[in-house]
Amino acid sequence: MEATVKDQVVSAEKPQLEAPPGWQPVIMGILCNWCSYAGSDLTGTSRTQYPPNIRIIRVPCSSRVDPWFIIKSLQTTADGVLVSGCHPGDCHYITGNYYARRRFLVTKKLLNFVGLHEDRVQFSWVSAAEGAKFAQVVAKVTGAIRKLGPLHLYKKENRSQ
Amino acid sequence: MARVGVFVCFCGANIADFVDVPAVVAEAKKIKEVKISVEYKYMCSDPGQQMIRDAIVQHRLTSVVVAACSPRMHEKTFRKALSDAGMNPYLLEVANIREHSSWVHQKDKKAATEKSCDLIRMAVAKSIANEQLHEISVPVTKRALVIGGGIAGIQAALDIADARIPVVLVEKSPSIGGRMAQLDETFPTLDCSQCILTPKMVDVASHPFIELLPYSEVLQLDGYVGNYKARIRRKASYVNFSSCTGCGACWQKCPVKVPNEFNMGIDKRKAIYSPFPQAVPNKPVIDAEHCTMLLKGKCGICAKVCEKGSIDYTMKDEIVEREIGAVVVATGYDLWDPKPYEEYGVGRFRDIITSLEFERMVSANGPTGGVPVRPSDGKVPKSVVFIKCIGSRDEAKGIEYCSKICCMYTAKHAILLHHKVHDSHAYVFYMDIRAAGKGYEEFVKRAQVETGVTYLRGRVSKIYQKGEKLMVRGEDGQLGQVVEVEADMVVLATAIYPYKDNPDLARLLGISYDQYGFLSEAHPKLRPVETAKAGIFLAGCTQAPKDIPDTVAQASAAAAKVCGLFADTTLKKDPMISVVNPEFCSGCQNCINVCPYQAIVTEDIPLGHGSKELRTVARINEGVCQGCGSCVAICRSMAISLAGFTDMQIINEVVAI
Repeated sequence: MEATVKDQVVSAEKPQLEAPPGWQPVIMGILCNWCSYAGSDLTGTSRTQYPPNIRIIRVPCSSRVDPWFIIKSLQTTADGVLVSGCHPGDCHYITGNYYARRRFLVTKKLLNFVGLHEDRVQFSWVSAAEGAKFAQVVAKVTGAIRKLGPLHLYKKENRSQ
Repeated sequence: MARVGVFVCFCGANIADFVDVPAVVAEAKKIKEVKISVEYKYMCSDPGQQMIRDAIVQHRLTSVVVAACSPRMHEKTFRKALSDAGMNPYLLEVANIREHSSWVHQKDKKAATEKSCDLIRMAVAKSIANEQLHEISVPVTKRALVIGGGIAGIQAALDIADARIPVVLVEKSPSIGGRMAQLDETFPTLDCSQCILTPKMVDVASHPFIELLPYSEVLQLDGYVGNYKARIRRKASYVNFSSCTGCGACWQKCPVKVPNEFNMGIDKRKAIYSPFPQAVPNKPVIDAEHCTMLLKGKCGICAKVCEKGSIDYTMKDEIVEREIGAVVVATGYDLWDPKPYEEYGVGRFRDIITSLEFERMVSANGPTGGVPVRPSDGKVPKSVVFIKCIGSRDEAKGIEYCSKICCMYTAKHAILLHHKVHDSHAYVFYMDIRAAGKGYEEFVKRAQVETGVTYLRGRVSKIYQKGEKLMVRGEDGQLGQVVEVEADMVVLATAIYPYKDNPDLARLLGISYDQYGFLSEAHPKLRPVETAKAGIFLAGCTQAPKDIPDTVAQASAAAAKVCGLFADTTLKKDPMISVVNPEFCSGCQNCINVCPYQAIVTEDIPLGHGSKELRTVARINEGVCQGCGSCVAICRSMAISLAGFTDMQIINEVVAI
């Protein structure tokens, strides 16, 4: 089953040969309040610098993240999405991040299936004490999205074309 | 039509230096719904809040966006400002342009400014979908659970109980007392640890408001602030405490010998034992892992010698439940295992011991009767080398942090050595001497000058054996040369390290911990005793290395927090919880499966208006719901909504930029 799905990824998304000059990727960061959002606050308090492309949305738990939010982001404003929660086992709400993890595996397969590059949507686990790790994750994700270039596929403005 | 006010904070220079605030204010003004957009130096100050209050009235705002620091910092402050102006406090949104913009993009003002504008656009868009919410009142169970019966737990329990609030004190070992009971004397006054601790232990046992559960552990904690339910396992002691008199006949006759944990394994205890003479409660327990009667069904001597017939081999672990309103976690510390220091011969040379082993040796009730002896041959050492910072401040082999108390206890050990063995000499290898505390520097001076301890600044590179002696080779950084000291015994000042099971405990309680396993406080400076979970507080070394005065102070602080929490008969709970719209609910019950708190139940409602047929829908128990939102994302009919984080609010944020 895995192989079939992978085969069907017909690289609908062609590698961006040339991004328009001055283009900056937009990354939607959806962070859980207790671990990753607190971790990103710690990144700020410790003045650890990271690329300015991420826009952060606070949710109580990664399990609150409906795949709809990810898809809507990619359809409208974002070139990539980062969802981050507590480390498995450390969820403030006991089991939320396990549900999130499973849901994202499926979401990723779906996005892959419809032709989006798998690096467009990334997941990470950042605890409230991992300010430095958050900066690294953002840098890594931003680098990956920058490489992929602007996301045109499925953007609403392209629908009529 | 929404009318939004945007208030952008300079935060002194914190935001203004790295974000073009006037440009952000101007950009915010362009948003259609924004009726007023202003800046101020410190929004959280009283004039800043007054600005918000005035604008709410003057511009008839329907929601407010404050662009400032993290909502985790000042959301409460600004919510209060809103309610002071007669507005529902939950119509506030905070755009985090400090932690998420100005502080992390300090080299790119243009990008930081653009990002700040975006964050404000998102917050404005979200705030438009905000609804009026009202705090939920929940009843409070006025009983506190204290986990850990060391000095931190004892102090917290006594302080809470003195306020006439019932306390359940759970201790995993057979007696309370903890690490402090193992200490001989305490710095900087050299007063006897047992002498100052045991009266408090007795107070705990006799306090009418304290229920002491020794030899027990917390298995589960359900519920939420004010209304927790704890499941506690009372391990089988095989001794009937109500009839046992603590005479000691049983442990004198018991034939099974086991390394004595209380004395750091230097001597043996019996399989039926009471950890130390001043134990509270002073009743023995049977160690089921070693008792031959329990293991093989042979022996039974203790039962034979017990005049009261208190021994009961059939006893089973018992699970008790207690309803409580708040928790103080005071589980203390372990020692860092010095095994990685192979060049010192740790594990090979028997005369290298840890500081706590030395502490037990010099203790009057210790295994050697208060005189330090070499484990190899039992001789009294005349020359002892103390090595500080074992594990601590060592990124290569140990941990990064300073263990805080080792400088002081090493000075104490050096003085105690001199007290116990008059013709001995102590050498201390150190990196720095950190003696910040009342009377601490004077105490170190006392060791150096009065006692004549030789302090050598430098690391030890190697320890090797030469005949009966241990040769300690190190550097004397002040002379700039290598020195070798002939030692009879070496004492390693090992670091304070959290217990291995701290992460498990943290998960059980639903609180967070750091990379080492220390439990995390809510704010490193301003909320040092609270955790991120309401109603759970920290005391002592479970949070970070501390000496006894700091531990006692934090324990009393935690007790004060508990008393404050219980001051009212009800508590206010955040209204950010899930709500089911029964119109849309299909009754699939997926939400019930994912809810970690069993907060969702089913109920039967009429199929239609006035209909006699019923259909099943989900209903949220608002007292139990914690607002994680798992059920919202799983709901296929979109019947569940999470107040404060509705789909509409988040989608608004997503599409705003």
